[in-house]
Amino acid sequence: MSENVKKVSLADKIKFHKENKGPGHLSTMRLRNRTTSGYITTLIVLLLFSIVMVIPMLYILCNSLKPLNELWIFPPRFFPHNPTFKNFRDLFEVMNTSTVPFSRYIFNTAFISIVGTGAHVIAASLCAYVFARRRMWCKEGLFKTVQTALMFVGGVTGIPSFIIMVGLGWIDTYYAYIIPAIGAPLGLYLMKQFMEQLVPVSVIEAARIDGCGEFKILFRIVMPMVKSAWVTLIIFSFQGLWGAGGSSFIYDESLKTFNYAIQQIISVGIVRAGIGAAAQVLLMMVPIIVFLISQSNVMETMATSGMKE
Amino acid sequence: MFFKRKEKVYKGRKIPFWSKENWISIGMSSPYLIIFLTFNILPIIIAIGLSFTYFNMLQAPTFNGITNYLNLLTNDDLFLTGLKNTIIMAVCVGPGGYIVALIVAWLINEMKGFVRTLMTFLFYAPSISGNVYFIWTVLFSSDSMGYANGILMNIGAITEPIRFFQNPSYMMPLCIFIAIWCSFGSGFLNFVAGFKGIDRQYYEAAMVDGVTNRWQELWYITLPIMRPQLLFGAVMSISSAFSVGGICTALCGFPSTQYAVHTIMNHLEDFGGARYEMGYACAIAVVLFLMIIGTNFLIRKMLAKVGE
Repeated sequence: MSENVKKVSLADKIKFHKENKGPGHLSTMRLRNRTTSGYITTLIVLLLFSIVMVIPMLYILCNSLKPLNELWIFPPRFFPHNPTFKNFRDLFEVMNTSTVPFSRYIFNTAFISIVGTGAHVIAASLCAYVFARRRMWCKEGLFKTVQTALMFVGGVTGIPSFIIMVGLGWIDTYYAYIIPAIGAPLGLYLMKQFMEQLVPVSVIEAARIDGCGEFKILFRIVMPMVKSAWVTLIIFSFQGLWGAGGSSFIYDESLKTFNYAIQQIISVGIVRAGIGAAAQVLLMMVPIIVFLISQSNVMETMATSGMKE
Repeated sequence: MFFKRKEKVYKGRKIPFWSKENWISIGMSSPYLIIFLTFNILPIIIAIGLSFTYFNMLQAPTFNGITNYLNLLTNDDLFLTGLKNTIIMAVCVGPGGYIVALIVAWLINEMKGFVRTLMTFLFYAPSISGNVYFIWTVLFSSDSMGYANGILMNIGAITEPIRFFQNPSYMMPLCIFIAIWCSFGSGFLNFVAGFKGIDRQYYEAAMVDGVTNRWQELWYITLPIMRPQLLFGAVMSISSAFSVGGICTALCGFPSTQYAVHTIMNHLEDFGGARYEMGYACAIAVVLFLMIIGTNFLIRKMLAKVGE
């Protein structure tokens, strides 16, 4: 029954569109105003821009590889002459001597990231499915609210959020990290836009006629079709939770995150400049690597995320 | 069969609140919606409520009418400084960063394959790598060890180091530059994806219709097609434009010299986090919130005019 339905995957759809271009399609024709010299100029301009973008990251990477005597020479040198991994080794030594065992910080971050991301993806896709393909009372109004919430600045809601957390008794618990992350507006927004544009109504209707329940439709038919969207959601949610440093709802040292601990190491300052740089590299590497692995999924999701007026 | 029948019955009409279909929808969406409303909308309602009270976290709030707002606008010079700085920064970082992101995405669209992916990544990387913007304080450090000072002194442009993050005439431009530097977020990715998604047929048709140069192509074809992406990018840039305060504090310290980069966000944190005048802080938050909503309204009006 639903086997036939499942075969209309996203890849098939895209392939169909690629093969059946309109009669006027001249994709191989170069438009007359696109030239090689123009391409090279563009490339040079972009390269100049991108140098400004990467200099700080490059700097921190170089610093983390410098031995101590090179960090403080005058005039300062940008690139290390005798690159060494000593800073990273020292970083792990510092980690081993902290009061709360470092494995605890790592466990906290991993636990928060995994549970929070999982719950966020499930809750957001349930809601996005309703918003995209089901009817519901006051649906448009609620979606507009979510859209507006995309531009809220965290600080505006800081004080009332604290009052709510106190009221719920969630200060110094994992809930304070995890639960607000489940309700992040960007996740629902991206998911809903993706479903609306890439899940055909006919597929869902066919499944309903075949007697497929709503949860089965969502998790067996819709979710495989919107893989890019939830991969993107996992990445964004993970980036947010990974970056969660000192939350204002957590005071218990043993509940703080890896990011917070690393920042404590960095903030010691000059004495640990090399170790600090190594810690920074460690911190920024993880989200960058995660993005690089999944960038095609992210870009596909972004292609559908436009906002209608 | 059940759903098919329901579709027919309610077609074209608003769905009744008591129908089974509505209740299933509510059931499916409630886990998300309850959490979303509790942590995104409820705080704003509470903030509006508290802004009409005196509240210090220890005693119960006491109602004092619009005193907070009156004090804010008439007695608080620092708030007005913050307001001025916030508006200057929001105008530079919001539209400035937005336009730079759009131009960069447009240029990236000319690239192909690997170069394109690499460029997208290079521009996106600063916004995901946490608080790396902190490194700018080293590059612009105030002694001759700083790279900017070192280079300027070597070429003889200056004779003694500039104290970049303590001198009010440099603080603002630097903060704006760094805020733009880390504003290439999901709005930027969205632009890159949007440019890529435009069918070439549109350009070919436009060429036949007499569009002769790239600028006409951009204004009459590309941007109108991109309008949904432009709107999304604008919404995302609003939040980055109004949250520059955190970056300023990290770079220049708090309070900054002569309050040169004092923003509403700093003012809010000062009263909420240090002085425990929560009612007053909530009034500041409400003003900021109204500014955000107003900007959103303005942007929607302006984007409707693109390509006309």
